[in-house]
Amino acid sequence: MEFDDRAPIYAQIMDLIKRRIAIGELKAGGQLPSVRDLARQVVVNPNTVQKAYLELEREGYVTTQRGLGTFVSGDHQTVDLVRQGLACDIVKAYVVGMRSLGYGAEEISTMAADEAGRETK
Amino acid sequence: MTTIVQISNLTKRYITTTALSDVTLEVPEGHIVGLLGPNGSGKTTLMKILAGLVSPTSGTVLVDGIAPGVATKAKVSFLPDVNHLDRWMSVGEAGSFYADFYVDFDRKRFDELLTIMRLSASQKIGSLSRGMVEKARLSLIFSRRARLYVLDEPFGGLDPLARSQVLDALVANFRADCSMILSTQMVADVERFFDDVAFLDGGRVVLAGDAEDLRMRRGASIEEIYREVYGHVETRQV
Repeated sequence: MEFDDRAPIYAQIMDLIKRRIAIGELKAGGQLPSVRDLARQVVVNPNTVQKAYLELEREGYVTTQRGLGTFVSGDHQTVDLVRQGLACDIVKAYVVGMRSLGYGAEEISTMAADEAGRETK
Repeated sequence: MTTIVQISNLTKRYITTTALSDVTLEVPEGHIVGLLGPNGSGKTTLMKILAGLVSPTSGTVLVDGIAPGVATKAKVSFLPDVNHLDRWMSVGEAGSFYADFYVDFDRKRFDELLTIMRLSASQKIGSLSRGMVEKARLSLIFSRRARLYVLDEPFGGLDPLARSQVLDALVANFRADCSMILSTQMVADVERFFDDVAFLDGGRVVLAGDAEDLRMRRGASIEEIYREVYGHVETRQV
């Protein structure tokens, strides 16, 4: 697993889980891997995975049932919310990048629309 | 939260040198602490004190509430930085030797670890390569159900594949009711396993804290912080 060591690892694990939820790899009500299994999979400290799970729970994405495991919470709405959240992050990053190059709002949206149009052709 | 290691104002002087100077450090239960610093910064001395092999000049050291000595040796699983196994022994005999010495030695786990490390009990220590000796030593150390694991340079002499086998064994075996303190020069390879880090320089703790916290506050990896702390600042592109 490729992480950026310049940013907190737990936040990147949170993103990884959210991404799995967004693309349907983890379904609503589905079980997350155990802390230890995920730690072995992505090769990090189990405490870091634990922290990511706790934060995800605090933000309402997952629920932990004692002795049973951690599950993606609720319904399809959760999945939509996660997807929208991730999409927002990507859009923000795009806008910030464009602004740093000196582009204005109009050009930023036109170029995004053009690129999207090119992609579908 | 329970604290497994409590070090306050620890100083260790040898006749002509001061190896440790006013070191204060805590290791909470369930944490993995990276002890970082260049050669000669005091890491090995600190670890030997925790293992009960070197006595402090002044200050206090508590391991699970007790000063290092016979009682703490039963709780501390120590990996010295040089090979401590007899060459004539087989890997399995070394396991029996450990089982005789330490009541917390788990033979079953030892056999499992040998499998993970791709070692066999019948191999003689003397016939093993340096990396294989390291893996055998680590298997012994992790087979103890200790309160504290003190590992001095556990990744020296390991190729990248062996290093990932060892890290996997480490994650697979780490428990919430123990702590680990380890020194390494391979900061980049291991930094994702640290809960906390302590940087030693000239026998003093120059920087210590939660690894994720340090990453967040400095926007840098632990390895980059290491380079900054010890003055090898690389020119980074902005």
